Amino acid sequence: MDGPEEGATPIRVVLAKLGLDGHDRGLKVVARILRDAGMEVVYLGLRQTTATIVDAVEQEDADVVGISMHNAGHLTLAPLIVAALVAAGLGNVPVVIGGVVPDEDVGELEAAGVGAVIGPGTSATEVVASVRRVVDGRHG
Amino acid sequence: MAGTGEERKPAELLAAARGGQRRAVARLLTLVERGGGAAEAIAAATHPLTGAAHIVGITGAPGTGKSTLTGALTTLLAAEGRRPAVVAVDPSSPLTGGAILGDRVRMEAATGAGVFIRSMATRGHAGGLALAVPGVVRVLDACGFDPVLVETVGVGQIEVDVAAAADTAVVVVTPGWGDAIQANKAGLLEVADLFVVNKADRPGASDARRDLDLMLDLSEVSGAAAGTGADAESRPAIIETTATEGEGVQDLLRAVDAHHRALKAGPGLQARRDRRFVAEVRARLEHVLIQAADDVLVDVDSRSGATPVEAARHLADRFLDTDTPR
Repeated sequence: MDGPEEGATPIRVVLAKLGLDGHDRGLKVVARILRDAGMEVVYLGLRQTTATIVDAVEQEDADVVGISMHNAGHLTLAPLIVAALVAAGLGNVPVVIGGVVPDEDVGELEAAGVGAVIGPGTSATEVVASVRRVVDGRHG
Repeated sequence: MAGTGEERKPAELLAAARGGQRRAVARLLTLVERGGGAAEAIAAATHPLTGAAHIVGITGAPGTGKSTLTGALTTLLAAEGRRPAVVAVDPSSPLTGGAILGDRVRMEAATGAGVFIRSMATRGHAGGLALAVPGVVRVLDACGFDPVLVETVGVGQIEVDVAAAADTAVVVVTPGWGDAIQANKAGLLEVADLFVVNKADRPGASDARRDLDLMLDLSEVSGAAAGTGADAESRPAIIETTATEGEGVQDLLRAVDAHHRALKAGPGLQARRDRRFVAEVRARLEHVLIQAADDVLVDVDSRSGATPVEAARHLADRFLDTDTPR
């Protein structure tokens, strides 16, 4: 006997703003884009901490976590969330950073373990493709 | 999709989960949601380990504050040293299959207090939710979580049924949700063991309470059971809360516990569990039959001269007699 939609589990994404940063409009747009691409988006919203994000990724068995940053804190905070996931045994869950990230910071973020950076002007198609790419490559 | 690389076996996961490893609990829930062989193995392994948890359903119209209330209630439970878990169900888009699961946003304090929260999408398929939720609750029960709160949007029969299949069903309304006539329309309100008038700081809270009271009076006059079924022990209590401020949440917790105690003191708890067992068997059976129907539907010829009623009868006779559902 088969269960419901066997093998067809949608990609599960946790989306959050990390720290003191009140700009959640972009995150809401991304949530909608990913939903419309058939993903299940666990939306955490504003003022999350590394602890609340790690808890959510763990309990929701997320495939990927997206953090939106508009407070120029990405070089400080992104490595913290990557490290917190690794410390919790969730190092195989890729981190995607979106928001206002200057091009010259992308290399440093990737070196810090960030799976993808979605900067200003990224199209909806590219957002979805980036998320799918890091999820597909998570064991590579 | 999730974690395909280092897949652990269900038995191994269950041992880790029961040992307190939350990642293992989460993984089990994913497998249960996915269905299939692993889900069946997990059901078989967890079923004998269940029965300790008090299952609480929370439902109500969109925007009544169910998530905030669930968050406040579980925060309080955790503060009392109990181990609550939440299953929060939100709808999938029927078009894309995607979903925005926004219940955790309202449960921040609960997250901080160590409450285990799992968001679930309805995933569209006929009866899918009715298949997956009992399995998810079983895992949480077997892993020592107690109580387990199941929160669903009170729109659609399956969502209401899923919450109503609890030991204690809580229906949340708000001031201005409707009048006594709305309250007497069949559906959501009939499943309640407890009513909550949330957002009770807003005007109209006492009107909402009065309308519920009137509805319950009429239920008693007409002899209809007010609770989930014929075992309704007593008239459902009505609790006023302002979940965002934590007002009345302690009262609600006391009422939920009191309902559980009353069920345990009589035949009520076992009656509900028996009914839940039958409901799940029914949901599984329906699932199998719907699949069987899909298989034989390819033989339907709209130009055969038979009416749709005759064609259905013919197919039903054929596959019920010769092709016993697996």
